Amino acid sequence: MRYALFLGCNVQARLKEYADSAKTALKGLGVEAVDLKDFGCCGYPLEGVDPRTALVLSARNLALAQGFGLDLLVLCQCCYGTLKRAKVNCEANQGVRDEVNRILEREGLKYEGGVKVLHLLHLLYKEVGPEGIKTRVKRPLTGLKVAPHYGCHALRPSVLMELDDPIDPKAMEEILSALGAEPLPWSKRLDCCGAPLLGVDDDLSLKFMKSKVEGCLEIGADLLCVCCPYCHLQFDKGQLRTFGRTLVKPILLTQLIGLSLGYIPEGLGIPSGQVDALGHRVFNI
Amino acid sequence: MLTTLFYISFLLFLIGIVVKFYGWFIGSMEGKGRFLKRFYAFLRGVKGVFLGKKGLLFLRALFGDVFLQVRTYREDRYRWVMHLLIYWGFGVLVVTHAFGKVVFDGYFSTAMPHIFLRDLFGLMVLVGAFMAFWRRWVKGIRRFISNKMDVYALLVVALVVLSGFLLKAVKVTSYRAYLQMVEEYAPLGEEELKALEAYWVKEMGLVSPHGEEGIDQALLEQGAEVHATSCAPCHADQKWAFVSYGLSKAFRPFALVLDRIGGAKGLWWVHVGVLLLALPILPFTKFLHLLTVPLSLLLNGVMSPQTSNPENLKTKQMIELDACVHCGTCTSQCAVGIASVTRSNLKVLPSEKIAPLRSLAKGKAVGQGELSRLLEGVLLCTNCLRCTVVCPSGIDLQELWFDAREALFRRGMVDPLLLSPLSFYRGLRAEELEGGYPGPVLLLRQKLKEAFHPGTGPFEVGKELSVSEGRFWPCFACQTCTNVCPVVSQYECPEEALGLLPHQLMRACALGLRELALSAEMLWKCLTCYQCQEQCPQGVEVTEVILGLKAMALRSLKEDGDALRLVSGL
Repeated sequence: MRYALFLGCNVQARLKEYADSAKTALKGLGVEAVDLKDFGCCGYPLEGVDPRTALVLSARNLALAQGFGLDLLVLCQCCYGTLKRAKVNCEANQGVRDEVNRILEREGLKYEGGVKVLHLLHLLYKEVGPEGIKTRVKRPLTGLKVAPHYGCHALRPSVLMELDDPIDPKAMEEILSALGAEPLPWSKRLDCCGAPLLGVDDDLSLKFMKSKVEGCLEIGADLLCVCCPYCHLQFDKGQLRTFGRTLVKPILLTQLIGLSLGYIPEGLGIPSGQVDALGHRVFNI
Repeated sequence: MLTTLFYISFLLFLIGIVVKFYGWFIGSMEGKGRFLKRFYAFLRGVKGVFLGKKGLLFLRALFGDVFLQVRTYREDRYRWVMHLLIYWGFGVLVVTHAFGKVVFDGYFSTAMPHIFLRDLFGLMVLVGAFMAFWRRWVKGIRRFISNKMDVYALLVVALVVLSGFLLKAVKVTSYRAYLQMVEEYAPLGEEELKALEAYWVKEMGLVSPHGEEGIDQALLEQGAEVHATSCAPCHADQKWAFVSYGLSKAFRPFALVLDRIGGAKGLWWVHVGVLLLALPILPFTKFLHLLTVPLSLLLNGVMSPQTSNPENLKTKQMIELDACVHCGTCTSQCAVGIASVTRSNLKVLPSEKIAPLRSLAKGKAVGQGELSRLLEGVLLCTNCLRCTVVCPSGIDLQELWFDAREALFRRGMVDPLLLSPLSFYRGLRAEELEGGYPGPVLLLRQKLKEAFHPGTGPFEVGKELSVSEGRFWPCFACQTCTNVCPVVSQYECPEEALGLLPHQLMRACALGLRELALSAEMLWKCLTCYQCQEQCPQGVEVTEVILGLKAMALRSLKEDGDALRLVSGL
């Protein structure tokens, strides 16, 4: 399994630990993820401002991946949604494709179609599979209570995202169980984290973050497991801003995978001191 | 004469530097500052570096970033080779050749190793300059167009080095130069002179008006002896000047004519004159980077936005603005670079934002159109940090865009991009901005409110909603979308807070009520979580329609230029 790893802007600039832990975890799972470096913005932020620019930005990445003959493996839910929509748009509509390629031509690129776009969850759940993960686990995260948070665009719209049942998905739960952790059921797991409105309507945005954090506290979760940089930053920085401290620590799914595969926390971007010597039972907050 | 000219030129240069220096300590994105306050903060900072633990960081930046230019190496090996050739070639020439007499005791440019090294370093510069020309105008830099200043800088370097080579080449052949040397250093008899001239004609590339007649082996041997005693101690074999000597062969046929019209003198004036003219204006040209780039690299090596004195950060930013060499690395790597094409706005490209920002920080007037394009440019940025990471001059570009945004907001300017997830980064840094944070978004929201009037105007179905063209038609207002919307459930009276609920928005579209749909508060509170679209029993792409409506509203606001004009009194 070989993919072009699409990090996205947030991961590169503000969440290096996602890039590090994803590379490490994927290596441990026998997946080759190539960091092409030349990828640009996925177009997501512009979808509600200038759809044409968003499409061109998106298609540029598809064309780059095509040039390398690789499929795209995406770490961010929002990037994933946009790239997938752009792929379908370009492939279903010759006119759209021609218009996009007319602009991409200036950078010597052309998108002809056929590049697969996969979110990390998709790869873990459908390609590697919970069983495949389980066989590689060296240090199960026994007793760790985790609240899974899917992130909207991994699931919806389901006709496009094709990950799992949008009403009652099991992907994250099965992956977490494979790691030996205990995924907690909770009513808010499919809700939005509020990140898309941060900077636009902060009160409303943080309300969603707050309600999810309170949900985690209610069910007694040790950690809030996320796999999208927007969600992670929202829970991380948002809690500090709202509560002045972290009530429930957001952790990246790839960090949990890395830990259970036996990698050292530092290599996964987890500062030493956050994991106790025996394993990962206690995360200092 | 030369010394006088040099001192005049140097004095003008110093005045220019003082002017620049003063500008760095009063300018900023936030408006004019106080020189003494900033200068005092700077001195304290300098003291802190050299008395504290930062000395090591300073040395690392000096050797790694300034001398070896590792930042350039990391990003672009070609450019690294090119720049080191010019940097070290020119640098060594200035010290050992231009100021040779000052630096060395008993310096003769014609003696070894100087005669050889001068050509060697000159050749390095020439190769580097050619590589620069190739990179900019033949190979091309992605998305990037070189400007007049780039042409000027390369032209000056090329002119100085080429004229230097030509000068030496002509001098090799010049009989006039030969006679001058003889007069100065070799008081010889007529016979010895004849022998020496024969030797120089045969061995040193000299072209004599007496031609080569009558030169025989015996005369040459005698000439060699005379040369060895009278010339060789301070004039090595011309062949050591390997480039110029090679060139001189091309000049041999016209050597006598050139000599008569004073070719060497003319070339000398070109060679020196270009430098004498370039020096006084150096502080106002790209060559200022000789000073500002090392400064920027060193300052960034020892400073950080979190811990450094804010006054010093402002000064650093001013120096950074002058440290941009318009190399195009940022632009070729920019994550949204191609949007400069779709938005027809070059200011999207990082390298093209520097010049107007420089004017802005110095308090110079910038036109309203230029400012609008600039604001779109600094807002259309995903803050991916790549420009900052790749900048060979070490400029903290991302911070510059951040500060520029706020500076433009303070002028009462807003842009629709502010209502997109591009504002996420600004939201993460909300606490830093304190009171200035909510203003711009509120202003833009106000302008949107003023722009659309429910109950007026027809809706042209499908005309602009290309993505979701007509996809609202199947809606029969069952309200599933509204019932699953997490935003709607946040309010006790959602109609009041949101204007139109999702299903009402779909109906407004179907009924062609453009103004009503575009004025709905719901558009700006939508999370794009796709719950509505997912659950719609009719397959209406509710979220896509909302995204389309948002884009439509913002485009219409942007096209109505007056709506976004500078607001007076802010």
